[in-house]
Amino acid sequence: MSDNKGDEKPVESKVDQEEKRVGVFVCECGVNIGGVVNTKAVAEYIGTLPGVKVTSVNKFTCSDSGQADIQAKIKEHNLNRVVVAACSPKTHEPTFRACIEEMGLNQYFLEFVNIRDHCSWIHMWEKEKATEKAKDLVRMGVERSKLLEPLQASEVPVIDKALVIGAGVAGMQSALDLADMGFQVYLVEKEPSIGGRMARFDKVFPTNDCSICILGPKMVEVARNKNIKIMSYSEVKAVDGYVGNFNVKIEHKPRYLDVAKCTGCAKCSEVCPVEVPYDFNEGFGTRKAIYVPFPQAVPLRAVLDMENCISCKACAKACESKAINYDMEPSYTDINVGVIVGAVGFKTYDPEPRHDFGYGLYDNVITAMEFERLLNAAGPTGGHVVRPSDCKEPIRVGFVNCVGSRDKNTNIYCSGVCCMVTIKNAQLLKEKRPETDQTIMYIDIRTPFRGYEESYNRSRNLGVKFLRGRPVEVKEDPVTKNIKVRVEDTLAGEMRNLEFDLMVLATGIVPNEGIGQIQQLLKLSKAADGLLMEAHPKLKPVDTTIDGVFLAGCASGPKDIPYAVSQGSACAGRATILLKNKKAITEGITAVVNPDVCVGCEVCIPMCPFQAISMDEKAGKANVMKALCKGCGTCVAACPTGALEQSHFKNNQILAQVKNVFKFQEVAA
Amino acid sequence: MSTEGTARTPKSEGWEPNILAFCCNWCSYAGADLAGVSRFQYPPTVKVLRVMCSSRVEPAFILKALKDGADGVLVAGCHIGDCHYIDGNKNAQVRINNTKKALEKLGFDKRLRLEWISASEGLRFSEVIRDFTEEIKRLGENPVKKIMEPQIKAPRVAPLEGASALAANIQGSEVK
Repeated sequence: MSDNKGDEKPVESKVDQEEKRVGVFVCECGVNIGGVVNTKAVAEYIGTLPGVKVTSVNKFTCSDSGQADIQAKIKEHNLNRVVVAACSPKTHEPTFRACIEEMGLNQYFLEFVNIRDHCSWIHMWEKEKATEKAKDLVRMGVERSKLLEPLQASEVPVIDKALVIGAGVAGMQSALDLADMGFQVYLVEKEPSIGGRMARFDKVFPTNDCSICILGPKMVEVARNKNIKIMSYSEVKAVDGYVGNFNVKIEHKPRYLDVAKCTGCAKCSEVCPVEVPYDFNEGFGTRKAIYVPFPQAVPLRAVLDMENCISCKACAKACESKAINYDMEPSYTDINVGVIVGAVGFKTYDPEPRHDFGYGLYDNVITAMEFERLLNAAGPTGGHVVRPSDCKEPIRVGFVNCVGSRDKNTNIYCSGVCCMVTIKNAQLLKEKRPETDQTIMYIDIRTPFRGYEESYNRSRNLGVKFLRGRPVEVKEDPVTKNIKVRVEDTLAGEMRNLEFDLMVLATGIVPNEGIGQIQQLLKLSKAADGLLMEAHPKLKPVDTTIDGVFLAGCASGPKDIPYAVSQGSACAGRATILLKNKKAITEGITAVVNPDVCVGCEVCIPMCPFQAISMDEKAGKANVMKALCKGCGTCVAACPTGALEQSHFKNNQILAQVKNVFKFQEVAA
Repeated sequence: MSTEGTARTPKSEGWEPNILAFCCNWCSYAGADLAGVSRFQYPPTVKVLRVMCSSRVEPAFILKALKDGADGVLVAGCHIGDCHYIDGNKNAQVRINNTKKALEKLGFDKRLRLEWISASEGLRFSEVIRDFTEEIKRLGENPVKKIMEPQIKAPRVAPLEGASALAANIQGSEVK
């Protein structure tokens, strides 16, 4: 049997003269493919192509029986190439590679054709055309499969250390779990203290426990753990390398004091004459230019904010341990780690630029985060909720949900947590001061997890009012500074005019500052909402497309605390698979030089983004270092002589597909 | 500049553009997957060919596709700055633009497009395909097809079942 289809047949296949025996397995994916594409017609047509020994249609090729069918047919027909026409190779290629490898075939002898995501799902109303397209796609795959060459996936050693970026509750959990499993962890935090956003909350839903009371011990546990090295007030500046061996450069921003000498006594703050708005309290109250971030800070060390320092040197005189050093420069540490967990967190939506619901225009419109600090006993008012205009305790408090969420003008997604935050805040205020009157203005109330609905019911029982509708007009009374709201009660079907002493906006979760930098450093993908993307939304929620890099917490979407903590642990678990095995499997796809053809022109060398190509001076030929090559193929496209080839994406393999895109009948001629 | 666009009109009612899309594995292929998962419908005019990086696409592949009768070629990669291989897409940009310049002399430049489509831009993928399809429809069929007609027999409308039907159709097209 010859699969020669005329003079267009590539000549490169001399490498492998073995007769190609192709088996084609068309999946119906239930009705996902079968409901649109006539899979039988596809199989029948493909069966007429030269070299195709057997075709088969399965309801679910990925199921046990589907895979058993592939294995049986490999045996029966002595197949040496397998084409699976099904869903996306991004999710299912590994499954079928393992399936054919079990039968002794090289895993790279699999060709995966996507006739679901790229055909049936997007041409749902054009069944005939979709079937024709599927035939073309599968034919492209069949012709390519005949030219596939065996490759070996390579193993790389994994350094048994981990880097966790971000020491919020998700990052801390990840670091603790990894450390408890015996691995060295570097925990990098850009703020002067670990703890993240959770450290700023007053109480946390649905059980209303004190946030810092449950977080504080965890922070101390992190600090005590011998396997965790905390790098606070530090940022990741460069990431090189790949799974198993990432070289990471970390910048330690200068605190302008010797951390080893500082005791956190805060005597320096006492004497400092400069006062600036206190960011930890969301801008309420002030802190000094030299300050301890907050009483439970870990590490409990002061930090000097040079931007606001007036160089009076009062702090240096007050410091008993002589820790202050005004000439400190940023320092850098280079670390090598095997895996990276990104827990870079979130920030809340800022209503200031758009003046949502009068925020920034009227004093008595504040955000939920600001309200949280006002509720907090350690906050700027010692736990007294007061309104900013006159520091009086408000009686009528309005809460607006979905600010910066579920809104075409800001973010279309639901931030998930704000309903519960509002419910909890209203409850806390009601419990603190029963004479207060709360009205929550919402679009929908979402209370999906354990104890959440109960908390919602408790609020109702306490007398918190729920009004379904969004304020359409917000005005300030110029005399009383009260907030006058016009809102449609969509359940009653009438407009209401309400007056509040204080109005609180439940601002949504948005990507943290610096998320773009981390995304570029780690080579991750960003979703349309600006948050980072996971490898698979359902089955690989903490993995990323980059091997050895994992994501926890709000970096990959809005989450509540239990969810973020679970993800932290999940990352530790996923990372441990690599750390414990001490090796990672990487794709065998690399660039390869044919020294007979290479003329040593060096065009390829500057092309390589990974410096994987060097000149073999003696031979005068280019040399690809396989361990460094990531297999992008940019050098291959640049090579003027065709000496460079990308394995698994060789010129003849790609051209075989190109040639078969448009020639529906030619093969049979 | 391209003049063939206005001069040529589609041969027959049944003619649909034929577009080959080189998609990088990390962004654009995933974007095309997302278009599928989200069921963003677009015309069945495009076939996606997966490469690891948009910088792998050689001008020769594009020329080959056009010579073989592709009405359009799309090269899609990660947005600048997001490349999985640091800056492969920048190399792709240079290469594709140079190829475009070369094609301009032949009046084929509008049949080649370079787009950045991220893994989250399923909607954008479908929009790009729809837009490119419309543009190719305005340009008309690849004129190479006429010259190459004896080699490229492509009646692409009739659904075919089995080899005999195939043979019949081939004969039919040859008579035409």
